[in-house]
Amino acid sequence: MENNLCIAGFGGQGVMTFGKLLATAVCDNTDYNVTFFPSYGAEQRGGTANCYLIISDREIGTPMSDILDDLVVLNQPSYDKFVSKLKMGGRLFVNSSIVKPTSDRSDIQIISVPATDIVVGMGNIKVLNIFMLGVYIGYTEIVPSESIWKSIMEKMAGKPSLVELNKNAFEQGIELGRSQK
Amino acid sequence: MAKVLMKGCEAIAEAAVRAGCRFFAGYPITPQNEIPEYFSKRMPEVGGAFVQGESEVASVNMVYGAAAGGTRAMTSSSSPGISLKSEGISYAAAARIPMVYVNVCRGGPGVGVIQPAQTDYLQATKASGNGGFRMRVFAPATVQEAVNMTYKAFDYADMDRNPVLILSDGVVGTMMEPVELPPMKSDDEIERIKESKKKISCIGHPLGERVWIKPGVWDTIMWENINKDAEKLYESWADQAEWESFMTDDAEVIVTGYGIAGRIARSAVEIARGQGLKVGLIRPKTVYPFPYKAYEMIDYSKVKAILDVEMSIPALFLEDVKAAVKERCPISTYLRSGGNLVSREEMVSRIKKLASR
Repeated sequence: MENNLCIAGFGGQGVMTFGKLLATAVCDNTDYNVTFFPSYGAEQRGGTANCYLIISDREIGTPMSDILDDLVVLNQPSYDKFVSKLKMGGRLFVNSSIVKPTSDRSDIQIISVPATDIVVGMGNIKVLNIFMLGVYIGYTEIVPSESIWKSIMEKMAGKPSLVELNKNAFEQGIELGRSQK
Repeated sequence: MAKVLMKGCEAIAEAAVRAGCRFFAGYPITPQNEIPEYFSKRMPEVGGAFVQGESEVASVNMVYGAAAGGTRAMTSSSSPGISLKSEGISYAAAARIPMVYVNVCRGGPGVGVIQPAQTDYLQATKASGNGGFRMRVFAPATVQEAVNMTYKAFDYADMDRNPVLILSDGVVGTMMEPVELPPMKSDDEIERIKESKKKISCIGHPLGERVWIKPGVWDTIMWENINKDAEKLYESWADQAEWESFMTDDAEVIVTGYGIAGRIARSAVEIARGQGLKVGLIRPKTVYPFPYKAYEMIDYSKVKAILDVEMSIPALFLEDVKAAVKERCPISTYLRSGGNLVSREEMVSRIKKLASR
């Protein structure tokens, strides 16, 4: 088993936190190997940010694969840049509030979620990444959701007032992800 | 011990702290900023010192000073910053000062690009400064290797009284992986290490028993003898090269690369083996001393070609591979540069072509 995931969006949408939380959960709670490789170009606010996450039961060779199994896109430029890298049968998780799928690819699974609209409805756009992480985990079940929640809680240790908001976003994401199967 | 998820640069810094490094000076440059950043937080916790110097030249010379005083000391930078530090590194080699430094390589020459590359190979292995000195150079392919090599580097530096280089790249430096950290050296152990260097360090001697730290002298014969001593040291490393050989016994194609390129090559070899191709890997872990022996163990009667993979255009690592292979089989190359990674899939397709020759 080797799963190649790319998470991409605007700087500030929480792409790196999404990747790090997932990588931490894999490291702390499973026997899988994992690599997290962030883009670190001369990015600026409003520019794109992306990271690659490989989860494998063998030694990991390349931390940034040319061919993706899974792709999470939170904005249009990321969709345009990465959609062609998804393998046939690959899974695309798309923030449909602000991304219009323009590609004619019919050979991939598309999990389309109006994520920005939903989290704005929750009252805080900053939980977009936690919500999408929930969607991704709910759909793929790549690691148990409890282990991800544990990593989120550890990350939020200094900000107890935000736990409820994040829990709500994560659980709604999980549910939406499961319902799209 | 449980594994923790750590970024390469931070893991290198933590490994250094655990090895007893108590002085770090550096100057910011991408993609190694997390090394000084980590030290700035960690050094005060262990009673060490962190200094952000006013320049690369200043910071390398601060390390020269700290190491001359018997403290385990380190600096780090990325390609153009390493060039600036080369003056201090050459002085440390001349004065036989044990220091460790890390180059998290970006794409060159010049200021180049900040993305990962392996374009400093010749600088690292042949001439990291003026004067014809040598250093042990370690090339990690994983965050775990970066940790293990950094930890060990301080022992080698003290043993040799010579600088040691960790030649990393932007991938190993910035990626996060689970690592097992080595044990923390106690304050007592660190004190003992310092004490053991008393005869070669400026750590307080009675008048008449002074130690001189000299990066040069006026006496030509004395300096020639110092050169000869250093030569003996460098020659003593010849059989201490380290490498990984993987599935080379029956191989018709052997892929060779170091650092991140060598790691990606290993996974290409695994995929190609899965497709029934007889292919193997040689990945040097020390690039100085170079593991010539690994290439002597190849059965050249079976090998159709060697594929050199590196993130440098023009090819640099190739020069050592050629010297090791001695025209016993053709050598093909797969090169990327400019901050672009070598592709596993492209390697597999090139292996196929070479195997069908």
